[in-house]
Amino acid sequence: MTKPILYGFFRSSSSWRVRLALAYKNVDYEYRSISLFKKEERSAEFEKVNPSKKVPAYILPDGKVLTQSMAIVGYLEDLYPDKNPLLPKDPYERALVREIVYEIVCDIHPIQNPALVAEMFPDNPKKCNDWAHTHIARGLKALETKLEETGMDSKGAKYCVGNKLTMADLVLVPQCYNGKEVFAVNLSEYPIIESIYKHLMSLPEFKTTVPDKQPDYEEK
Amino acid sequence: MTDETKKSVLYGYFRSSATWRVRLALAYKNVDYDYRPINLLKQEQRSEEFEKVNPSKKIPAYILPDGKVLTQSMAIVDYLEDTYPEKNPLLPKNPYERALVREIVNEIACDIHPIQNPALMAEIFPDNVDKRTEWARSHIATGFKALESKLAAAGRDSKEAKYCVGNNVTMADLVLVPQYYNGKRFSVDMSEYPIIDSIFKHLMTLPEFKATAPENQPDAPQ
Repeated sequence: MTKPILYGFFRSSSSWRVRLALAYKNVDYEYRSISLFKKEERSAEFEKVNPSKKVPAYILPDGKVLTQSMAIVGYLEDLYPDKNPLLPKDPYERALVREIVYEIVCDIHPIQNPALVAEMFPDNPKKCNDWAHTHIARGLKALETKLEETGMDSKGAKYCVGNKLTMADLVLVPQCYNGKEVFAVNLSEYPIIESIYKHLMSLPEFKTTVPDKQPDYEEK
Repeated sequence: MTDETKKSVLYGYFRSSATWRVRLALAYKNVDYDYRPINLLKQEQRSEEFEKVNPSKKIPAYILPDGKVLTQSMAIVDYLEDTYPEKNPLLPKNPYERALVREIVNEIACDIHPIQNPALMAEIFPDNVDKRTEWARSHIATGFKALESKLAAAGRDSKEAKYCVGNNVTMADLVLVPQYYNGKRFSVDMSEYPIIDSIFKHLMTLPEFKATAPENQPDAPQ
């Protein structure tokens, strides 16, 4: 029986979202590394897999291809709805989860994507770093305000919505990790987010899927 | 005691693509709502009054009849789909087809739209409007090129393509059309994307797309 294949990169936040969903749905898959450091996403071979030349890409056992991390996560949720459900049942709570997902995947992540930022400020790594830092910080601040509005308390916050793991948590952690580890964002300025982050990073699925535990991990 | 005559409220702007996606979903779900324009050119999204509605100061913002607030266009669209699943379903039933719809939604909502957002471009190029236009044009073109390839790989025919996925309107169509409008605004040559062009032209013949188009909104300049 062919296993599904995940094309990804250890440090890609969007790949990490999918690694998390695969872990929570207990899917056995093959991992193929596409090194963004070596620009392997631009190879003719990978372009056949994904014309957008981006990771992650997920190949189903029958050979069909899926791209876009949240489409893959949504697919896994549809396929395995009872294994660690990643969405609540109530429509309004589901909407709160999706609101957080989109705050990050539309309003923060694309704006600080290294390839894009390098295009904005070519040959200026300091400006690139400052831009990414500023925009991640701005986005996390807006998210922190939203979480406050839902009545969350920074002292006990464990999950983004409904005191249970959801897709929102799968998206929050990679963004915070990148912010903190790569762009020196100070998570303590966002105490609810920090509390959730610390709790989630204690869970086994988060620990095994973290970038520095991936087979293609390398120092840059 | 709930006021059963209370309508939901949509805060938006005639030309905002994200607002248009929600107008479309509301039209397809046949929801009666109040529309409250927030003029982005006059920076009305930064007013104290609107900040109380939505702390992230962005539109669209959707207020449910019970007063709860939802933001992020696709979260609102999904909420409407979850609340009215039988009225013009905007997602197929099959998990793989649903994923294809979401793939297109995300290609646009994450990989194209945020990159050509006017506020962002003003920040990247504060003193150079021409550079902003070229940035938008180039990024929309790159995104549409990838999307066109994906639609071709899925077997869509440029001579007769009517919808992004399957044979009905889905959320992918609700997101494609506003982005196409933006592409035209930034001088993208749409003839390079014949499948997208065919889908757009078909969708714009549908009453819901016509009624919700920017130029037909109450806050559009007359």
